[in-house]
Amino acid sequence: MKIDTEKSTVIFEAERVSFAYNNHQVALQDASLTVRAGERLAILGTNGCGKSTLLKILDGLYFPTSGTLRAFGEPMTEEVLLDGARAYAFRRRVGLVFQDPDVQLFSPTVWDEVTFAPLHLGLPHPEVIERAEWAMSLLDIQKLRDRVPHRLSGGEKKKVALASVLSLRPEVWLLDEPTASLDPRSQSRLLDFIWELEREGNTVITATNDLAILEEVADRVIIFSEDHQIVGEGSPQEVLSNYELLAKCNLIHEHRHKHGEIEHEHPHAHRYTHEHKHEK
Amino acid sequence: MSQIPTKAKRGRRAARGFFEKTLGHLTETLEHTLFAEEIARQDGMLQSLDPRAKLLGALALLIAISLSHSLLVIAALYILTLPLAAASRVPMGYYIKRVWVFMPFFTGIIALPALFSPFTPGEPLLTLIDLTSPRVYLAITVPGVVTAAFLLLRVGSSVSVAVLLMLTTRWVTLLKALRTLRLPQAFVLILGITYRYIYVLLHAANNMFIARRSRVMRRMSGAENRRWLAASIGTLFTKSYALSDDVYLAMQSRGFRGDSHVMGNLEWRRADWLWLTGSLVIATAALWVGR
Repeated sequence: MKIDTEKSTVIFEAERVSFAYNNHQVALQDASLTVRAGERLAILGTNGCGKSTLLKILDGLYFPTSGTLRAFGEPMTEEVLLDGARAYAFRRRVGLVFQDPDVQLFSPTVWDEVTFAPLHLGLPHPEVIERAEWAMSLLDIQKLRDRVPHRLSGGEKKKVALASVLSLRPEVWLLDEPTASLDPRSQSRLLDFIWELEREGNTVITATNDLAILEEVADRVIIFSEDHQIVGEGSPQEVLSNYELLAKCNLIHEHRHKHGEIEHEHPHAHRYTHEHKHEK
Repeated sequence: MSQIPTKAKRGRRAARGFFEKTLGHLTETLEHTLFAEEIARQDGMLQSLDPRAKLLGALALLIAISLSHSLLVIAALYILTLPLAAASRVPMGYYIKRVWVFMPFFTGIIALPALFSPFTPGEPLLTLIDLTSPRVYLAITVPGVVTAAFLLLRVGSSVSVAVLLMLTTRWVTLLKALRTLRLPQAFVLILGITYRYIYVLLHAANNMFIARRSRVMRRMSGAENRRWLAASIGTLFTKSYALSDDVYLAMQSRGFRGDSHVMGNLEWRRADWLWLTGSLVIATAALWVGR
């Protein structure tokens, strides 16, 4: 199902949002962006540029130190999320997959982990079971049901982390560095999963510094500089061909290497393949 | 039968220091018992009971152990836990050793002075020093031995009851039982969070030791080790604080608002009533006999 994102409803609207840890350690500065329903957006930037902080703000876990954020047309403030009914309504619609699955997997078994969200959001038990079964079968992790999450492999942990959010059936997915520390096979399966989410009309916001996955996870990219500001926006193709911007944001570097007898230097991004011409 | 008591098989490792070894063993034990909940998920007698009945029954036995004035009664209460452990598939050697092997190192040290005449005067059992000039007298006294025995037996039996409860009850259901028994939500929440963070903290500490070992080329002096240990404790605190913050955010993100929910409603059945009544009768009888 392809959605015309130009006309679809606005999910998030951030206006000059800034955030500082402990009121002095700046993590995000004057970030303004609009995310529409059904959109695939990538937030690109180096480690520590503020991508994860932005995702946590969008998930209502942190609140801006300045600027405003609206989600589903409502202002996102601490007061709104203190109201049980409104908090539940928001949490049912938005799911965040953390970068480190060890942070996300805190329950004693995989089953407890997958049932955690629907259970804590007050769904009736038969529905909780039905959703958990569905999420586990979709990610093919039924055999892990009684396993202890912290003893799983990296790929399995990621699958359980995804299932733990999938059981919520959120319409907005926030993915923090989804392919980080995954082997190539798990990476490609994860990309298939993200593609499937998008195909079903979900809004998917992916924070990443992996240029190789950009075209597969996004139709629009916003780029963060190392001083925590949004410095660019465009389609994945536009962003990937803008070497100057990528170099400025420390996402590519000058790379010296040899091809037979020829030794040369050119901007280099760590993508799976790249093409370039040799000057003799 | 469970594989809990067996030591994890592993290849040869480089020599490890006292702290590293202790930490490693602590992590291993906690992982096998508390976090894996391998015994709690088995099909045993205590596992089949409602956690509230188990909790109240254990509480009654703990009160009887603490208030009884008879060594025999306390010993009888302890012996009573052995068939319960066996019926609940708790490996017997593991259950007994876990409590009594470590007892001398903790409670034993506290009980030790009570043996001697300066602290507990009375009829001597074994005279160690008896000089007339200057007058120096030191003996192990009969009341001293009785006092020490009371302390050791009370602590050992109480810990055994608590261990049995923990091993046979899944943590989430225990938390739910505490909530339904009207314990303050903040208290139950702190317990729940602590349980989750112990694991994170232990692993972070173990990894720090491994990382350090990979970069140390020579034997470190005692002073260097102590300095490193002190600095590591500070680092670990900062790390665990940041991690715990993230874990809490992850819980909040999936709907956690301070109350613990668990699948399946707790349900009192006949067996639970029988267990609770039995525990209360035994505890009352123990208190009356050992008054």
